[in-house]
Amino acid sequence: MVQLTINGIKVNAEEGMTILDAAKSVGISIPTLCHLKNLDPTGACRICVVEIEGFRGLTPSCAYPVTEGMVVTTDSPRVRKARKTIVELLIENHPQDCLICVRNKNCELQDLSEQYGIREHRYVGETKCHAIDISSASMERDPAKCILCGRCVRVCHEVQKIGAIDFTKRGFTSIVTTPYNKGLNVSDCILCGQCIIVCPTAALREKSSIKEVANALYDRKKYCIAQVAPAVRASLGEEYNMPLGTDVTGLLVTGLRRLGFKKVFDTNFAADLTIMEEATELINRIQNGGSLPMFTSCCPGWIKYVEMNRPEVLDHISTCKSPHEMEGAVLKSYYARKMGIDPADIYVVSIMPCTVKKYESNRAELSAEAMPDVDAVLTTRELVRFFKIAGIDFNDLPESEFDNPLGESTGAAAIFGTSGGVMEAALRTAYFKITGTELEHLEFEEIRGMAGVKEATVKIGDLDVSIAVVNGIGNVGPVLDEVQNGTSKHHFIEVMACLGGCINGGGQPIHQKPEKVVKRVKALYKIDENAKTRRSHENESVLTLYKEFFGEPNSHKAHEILHTEYFDKKKILKN
Amino acid sequence: MHSKIFESYQSNDRSSLIPLLQDVQNIYGYLPENALRDISDFVKVPLSRVYGVATFYNQFRLTPLGKNIIRVCRGTACHVKNSANILFALETELGITAGQTTRDKNFTLEVVNCIGACSIAPVILVNDDYHGRITVKDIPKILKKYQTVNKTETAEATK
Ligand code: SF4
Ligand code: SF4
Ligand code: SF4
Ligand code: FES
Ligand code: FES
Repeated sequence: MVQLTINGIKVNAEEGMTILDAAKSVGISIPTLCHLKNLDPTGACRICVVEIEGFRGLTPSCAYPVTEGMVVTTDSPRVRKARKTIVELLIENHPQDCLICVRNKNCELQDLSEQYGIREHRYVGETKCHAIDISSASMERDPAKCILCGRCVRVCHEVQKIGAIDFTKRGFTSIVTTPYNKGLNVSDCILCGQCIIVCPTAALREKSSIKEVANALYDRKKYCIAQVAPAVRASLGEEYNMPLGTDVTGLLVTGLRRLGFKKVFDTNFAADLTIMEEATELINRIQNGGSLPMFTSCCPGWIKYVEMNRPEVLDHISTCKSPHEMEGAVLKSYYARKMGIDPADIYVVSIMPCTVKKYESNRAELSAEAMPDVDAVLTTRELVRFFKIAGIDFNDLPESEFDNPLGESTGAAAIFGTSGGVMEAALRTAYFKITGTELEHLEFEEIRGMAGVKEATVKIGDLDVSIAVVNGIGNVGPVLDEVQNGTSKHHFIEVMACLGGCINGGGQPIHQKPEKVVKRVKALYKIDENAKTRRSHENESVLTLYKEFFGEPNSHKAHEILHTEYFDKKKILKN
Repeated sequence: MHSKIFESYQSNDRSSLIPLLQDVQNIYGYLPENALRDISDFVKVPLSRVYGVATFYNQFRLTPLGKNIIRVCRGTACHVKNSANILFALETELGITAGQTTRDKNFTLEVVNCIGACSIAPVILVNDDYHGRITVKDIPKILKKYQTVNKTETAEATK
């Protein structure tokens, strides 16, 4: 323990703690820009400077550890002036676009301008002018709005270990961009949107699909159907100042109906369906000598990563479409027929926590007869904007339930939104399929939580099934190496590109509250715990779907509609 | 062509990034994209970082050099004599901005600081020839001279 004084308050801090964290522990907040929790400080932006007695200059508090007897002032005229100058310089080199900006009212640069009471333009200089990169299906990059804090670069290199963007050039011309300033669509980017989540401004943002969805909703010929991913219900409330981890399923369904969707279904239905297909595929591979280990295929960011970087292991990836694509495919086949609707008139909108899903829904192989399985994807953030446009007061909505039959789901499906969830759900069903009896203890604690790679062995009948869960694409490298050189001992491996799983996806509400992932995850586990049924093979509507339409999991028809294929995209990228 | 240079380096070592870039530039006169990709694979550093380093230092070029290199002086004396107009006129005439090479690979346009010829400011240097006290009007004439005469020694670098 170290004792120091901050603004006259005695503070007991742990050895090695930064001044920033020590101050926070006693309720003193210091602004930051380049700082990212859990990553080494760079001390680049200097907005966090403080005065330390005996030091001549100002010191960046995010990078400086506490020492015994230190006397710190976090707010003095000198500190204020230094911070204010930094903010003023940033603003002068920034488009004055707030009124028409997607991050209006949720922007750290705006907050700083407000906090330091900036009321005039004191430095007028050249402003930079850059083209907006709209090349990808998921994201936009608007370098004019970039304040060069470097958070995106660090997340992309150090957390995701992709390294698609970096600082280039220097001085006034410095810009965060892709190699050769090319479009994201031809870079190493997997469109996970983790950089969007940390960007303090609108320099990185999703590509909005609100307009096309609104048009479809006004088109009388179209039969618009919404479906909602598990992770959305556990995070959307944050945009309405509800406590972290509030489950807003009921409000969400009503809100979507009010937007004009004829039916509101649950992607969780298709998550149960995915488990039926995927568990069967796994058992088949084990029994018939197929490529093992088998990787999950729910995360399109992971799929994009493998296609671009490790095409050698493509045959290890489950051929199952991701849940929302399955849902779309079932809507345009089984459901259309059952309801007597022309599938060409059905317009499926997926509400997703994820930016890559936009790219995914554009993949040509995820369509039938030129009809995409899913027509548009809205992120959690876009849906909130859409509610605002439509004058829907979310907080005051009555609750309602999903439509059926594609709205029924089990607890196993709800946990798809968190790292380890797909694996857990699959094990519950695989166990039943192999042994004919039900698992007694449904919770697999070993594969829950935020570790980078989680491993376990599960005894199913007389088979020891070895499993691994990769939490975040940045942790997949060594696991892939093992698979590629044949030393992997695993049967089944789940990979999610985002740390924590989809619950922390690139389309989720933006704020830097540290407990957000843990709290959202808790909400999903609670949905599972309270669910009437908790195993995918107990989903009555899914069973009916097999009886009436697919026959059985992995049947010929199921393969045609619910499975897909992958391609080597390494070569395309490198030419 | 550049694959040979890797032989003298140990892979997986970030510290060889800059020497590698220098070696590749010595071969081609600039850093071609496929060479940057090979370097990125070799030192196991993402392409974006390799590109970031290559654009950070002035010594590296990312585009091939033209047959003729025009250097426009933007030093103080030349600035006072309106070298900004000269640069602008050259950019307009060649259809490129400073740092670029024309499509026909005939000209590369660069900006430099004082080249020690202040007495005849504003100055441009084409290959080894000084052109002093020039005005915007002189530019087409000067360019014409080099359009036909191809300096072979600078052409070496583009091979
Ligand atoms: S979307 Fe993901 S991969 Fe692409 S630049 Fe952002 S963090 Fe990197
Ligand atoms: S794009 Fe955003 S996160 Fe990245 S450096 Fe610029 S302001 Fe920071
Ligand atoms: S983990 Fe989920 S949110 Fe993140 S890229 Fe994958 S599918 Fe999208
Ligand atoms: S937040 Fe401390 S230097 Fe940027
Ligand atoms: S300033 Fe141009 S030659 Fe000296």
